[in-house]
Amino acid sequence: MSAADFVALLPLITISATAIIVMIAIAIQRNHKVAIVISLIGGASALVSLSLAASAAPRQITNLLVIDSYARLYMAVLLGATGFVFLFAYDYLKRRPERPEEFYLLVLLATTGAIVLVISRNFVSFFLGLELLSVALYSLISYVRTQSTSIEAGIKYLILAASSSAVLLFGLALIYADSGSMELSQFAAAMTPDSRPPNAFSLLPGLMLVLTGIGFKLAVVPFQLWAPDVYEGAPLPVTAFISTVSKAGMFAFILRWFHVHDIGVAGAPGLVLTIIAIASMLTGNLLALLQTNVKRILAFSSIAHMGYFLVALIAGGPLGAPAATYYLIAYAATILAAFGLMTILSGPRDEAVSINDYRGLFWKRPLVAAAFTTALLSLAGIPLTAGFLGKFYVVAAGASQSRWVLLFTLVLSSTIGLFYYLRIIVALYSQPEVSDVAAESSTLPLPLPATLALAALTGLILWLGIYPAMLWDAILAVTRDLG
Amino acid sequence: MILFSLILILLVGGVASWIVARRHETSARWIAIASVGTDLLIAIWLWIAHTGRSQILTTRWMEECNFNWISQFGIRFHLALDGLSLALLLLTYFLGIVAILSSWTEIRQRVGFFHFNLLWVLAGITGVFLAADLFVFYLFWELMLVPMYFLIGIWGHERRIYAATKFFLFTQLSGLLMLVAIISLAVLHQRATGVFTFDYEQLLNTTLSPRSARLLMLGFFVAFAVKLPAFPFHTWLPDAHTEAPTAGSVILAGLLLKTGAYGLIRFVLPLFPGPSRELAPLMMTVGVIGILYGAVLAVAQTDLKRLVAYTSVSHMGFVLLGVFAGNEIALEGAVIQMISHGISTGALFVLAGLLQERLHTREISQMGGLWETMPVLSGAGLVFAMASIGLPGLGDFIGEFLVLLGAYRANISLTAVATLGLLAATFYGLKFVQGTFYGPNLHQWRLFDIRLREWTILGPMILGLLWIGLYPQPVLNTLRPSLTTMQQSAFAQQIVRR
Repeated sequence: MSAADFVALLPLITISATAIIVMIAIAIQRNHKVAIVISLIGGASALVSLSLAASAAPRQITNLLVIDSYARLYMAVLLGATGFVFLFAYDYLKRRPERPEEFYLLVLLATTGAIVLVISRNFVSFFLGLELLSVALYSLISYVRTQSTSIEAGIKYLILAASSSAVLLFGLALIYADSGSMELSQFAAAMTPDSRPPNAFSLLPGLMLVLTGIGFKLAVVPFQLWAPDVYEGAPLPVTAFISTVSKAGMFAFILRWFHVHDIGVAGAPGLVLTIIAIASMLTGNLLALLQTNVKRILAFSSIAHMGYFLVALIAGGPLGAPAATYYLIAYAATILAAFGLMTILSGPRDEAVSINDYRGLFWKRPLVAAAFTTALLSLAGIPLTAGFLGKFYVVAAGASQSRWVLLFTLVLSSTIGLFYYLRIIVALYSQPEVSDVAAESSTLPLPLPATLALAALTGLILWLGIYPAMLWDAILAVTRDLG
Repeated sequence: MILFSLILILLVGGVASWIVARRHETSARWIAIASVGTDLLIAIWLWIAHTGRSQILTTRWMEECNFNWISQFGIRFHLALDGLSLALLLLTYFLGIVAILSSWTEIRQRVGFFHFNLLWVLAGITGVFLAADLFVFYLFWELMLVPMYFLIGIWGHERRIYAATKFFLFTQLSGLLMLVAIISLAVLHQRATGVFTFDYEQLLNTTLSPRSARLLMLGFFVAFAVKLPAFPFHTWLPDAHTEAPTAGSVILAGLLLKTGAYGLIRFVLPLFPGPSRELAPLMMTVGVIGILYGAVLAVAQTDLKRLVAYTSVSHMGFVLLGVFAGNEIALEGAVIQMISHGISTGALFVLAGLLQERLHTREISQMGGLWETMPVLSGAGLVFAMASIGLPGLGDFIGEFLVLLGAYRANISLTAVATLGLLAATFYGLKFVQGTFYGPNLHQWRLFDIRLREWTILGPMILGLLWIGLYPQPVLNTLRPSLTTMQQSAFAQQIVRR
C-alpha cells in the first residue's frame, strides 16, 4: 500500500481512530461532554478528509476496497447522519440513568462498519463491515438496560441478525465454490437477461442466500419481522441510526453490486427482487395502518420505503442508480428529522411514541409541529419536500424502463401510506386535550443542540424539495463513475 | 414576472396574516382581503389591458414567466396566461374575497392559521391555472391539497376528519396516476425527439402511438375526473362539501372543481386529440349520467349543504358534456358554466353557512317559513336557486344552453337525455326554496335579516350572475382565442363558428 492509498483511506482511518480515542478518554475520565465533542470532531474531520481523499480517488486498494466518488458521497451521507444522531442523542442520554459515554463509541464503530460496506468491492470486506455494524448494533439496541423492551429488542436482533449472517455466509461459500472468487464484479453477467451463468446449480442458490442476508439488513418483506419490534424497543437515537446509517450502508453496497448500466436487474435475481419490492411496498404500508405507536408506524413505513428504493434499483438504466441515491438521501434527512423530533419531545421516563402524545402539539409548539408535518409530508411524498422529488425520480426511472407493475404498486401503496401519515398529522392539529397525557411533551424544555440539528434537517428537506439541481448534478457525476 | 407575483402575494399574505393574528385577529382578516384584493386588481388590469388585442392575438399567451429550475430534467418554472386562465383567475380572486368575508364571524378560533391555509389554497389554484410546464402543474395541483385538507380537517363540522381524509386520498391516488402519465409522456417525448422536457408547448407536438396515447389520456383523465367530479368518482364530494366550513365549501365548489374541468380543456384535449375524439361518446355519456344522477340524488337530500353538493355533480356533468362535445359552442358553454356555477353554487354555500350560523342546523326539515322573518336574505336565496336551476337571465342558463346547443350537433339522443337534467333541477330547486323559505314557520324562528357585510358578499354575486346571464359577450371574447386553439388541436374538422 502506498501513501496515496492511505490518503484515500483517511476517512475510514479517522473514524476508527476517533472510536479508539473515545475509548481511551472514557478509560481516563468519564465525561459526557468530552465524549460527544471528541466524536463530533472526529466525524467532522473525517468529513474534511473526504475532500483530501478526493485528490487520490478513484482508487482500488488491495482486492477488498475501492474508494471512488460514489463511495465518497455515501460516506459523506453516513457521516452526516451519524453527526445528527450524536446531536439528538446527547440530551436524550443526559435525561437517562445509563452511562452515556459508550454510546458514542459504539455508534462510531457501527459507522466504521457501514463505511466498510460502502467501499467494499469484495464479499470478504463486505462481510467484515456487516459484522462490525451488527455487533455494535446489538449492544446499541439494548443500551437502555433499565427497560425490558430495549433488552428484548436487542436479543431479537441478535438472534435474527446472527442467523441471517449464517445464511449469508453459506451463500458466500456456495458462490465461492462455484466461481472461486469473491469479487463483486463477477456477477454483472449473471444479472443480464440472456446470458446464463455457467454453473447455475450452486451460483443461483448462493445468490439467493446472499440476497436473504441483505434483505434482512434492509428489512424488506419477507425478512422484515424484526423491524417493528426493534424500532419500538431500541432507544430513539439508535432507531434513527438503524433506519439511516445501517440501511444506507447496505443500500450503497447492493447498488454497487447490482449496478448494471442501461439494462437494469433482470433474470432470476430481477424476478426475486421485483417480488420483494412489491411485497415490501404493500405489506409495509398496509400493516402500518393498524399501528398506534409512531415508532412502529415509521418502522413499517421504512419497509415500504425500502420497496420504493428497490423500484429504482430494479429499473436501472441511466436514471436508476441516481434516483435510488437521491431517494436515499431524501429519506435519510426526513427520517432523521422525524426521529429527532420524537427524541426532543421524549421525557426522562418515557419516550413520546404514542400518537396521543402528539395530540394538539401544533397549538402548543407550532414550530416543532410544523417541522414534524414537513417530515411526514416528505415521507408521504407531497411536493416541495425532498420526499416528493425522490419519488418523482423513482417514477421517472421506472417509467423510462417501462416497469409498469412496479410503478402502479408504488402509486397504490403510497396512497395507502398517505393515510397513516395523515393520522399523525390529524393528531398534531387536533384540539389539545385538557388531560395530563400530553403535558410532559409540551412542558419539556427544548435542548439546544437537538433543536439546531432539527432546524438544519427541516431546512435540508425543503431545500432538496425545492432546488434539487445541485445535489442531482453531484449524484449524476458520482454514479457515472460507478458504471 | 407579474404572473409569479400573483402567487407570491398570496403566499406572503398568508404568512403575514398568520403572524399578525397572534396580536390582532381582525387585522389578519384585512391582510388576507388586501392580498386577494391586490391579485384581483392585477387580474382586472390584465384583462383591460388585453381585451383590445385579444382578437388579433398572434401568440398563444398574453403574459409569460419562464425561468430555469431543474435543468437535468428540463423542468422550467413556466407560467403563462391566456384568456381561459384569465377568466378563471378573475373567478378565483372574486370567490377568494367571498370566502374570506363569509368566514368573518364563522371562524373565531385559530384565525391566523385559517387565513394562512385559505391564501395558500388560492395560491395553489392560481398556480394550476397558470402552469405551462407539466411538472409545475402537478406541483401546484398537489399543493392545493394540503391547505384544503387542513381547512376541512380543522374548521369543519362533525365528521370533518373522515371527509378531509377521503378527499385527500381520492385526489392523491388519482394525482399520482397523473404523475406517472406526465412522466411517461415526457419519457416518450424524449424517445421521439431526444429532448427531456415537461414544457406544455413542446409536449403538444409529441407523436404517440394510439395505444399509449389512450393510456396516458386515461391517466390524466382520472385525475381530472376525480376533481370534477365525474360520475363514478364523485363520492368524496358530498362529504367534503358538507363537512367543510363555509369558506372551504365555497372554494371547493367554486374553484377546486374548476381545476378538474380546466385540466380537461387545457391538457387532455390538446395533448391527446386522437383518444379525445375516440372516447368522446363515452365521456359524454359519463357526463349525462352525472347530470341525471346528481340531480336525482340532490332531490333526495335533507341536509342543505349536501343538496347543494349534489347539484354540483349535476352541473359538472354539463361541463364534461360540453368539453367532449367536440365543437366550440359547447366548449364555450362549458367554460361559462364553470364560471357561473362557481358563483351560483358558491353563493348557495354562503347562504347555507349564513342559515347555519343563525339556525345552528343544516336540516331542511328544521327550516321553513323563513321568508316571513328574513325576507331579504330569502329573496337572495331565491335568486341563487333560480340561477342554479338554469333560469334565463342568469349565468347558468347561458352555460347550459350553449352546452346543449353544441352537444346537439354531436349527439342528439344524449342531448335529449341531458335536457331531462334541467327538469330534475327544477325539482331540487323548488324543494330547496319551498323547504327553507316558504311554507308555514313551524319552528317559530325569529331571526335577524341580512347584514351589511352579508350584502357585500351576496350583492356582487347576484350582479355577476346577472351580468353573465344578460351580457356574456365580454367573457366570451376573452375566452374565444384560447378555446379556439385548444379546440382546433382536438376536433379540427368540426369547427363550428357563429
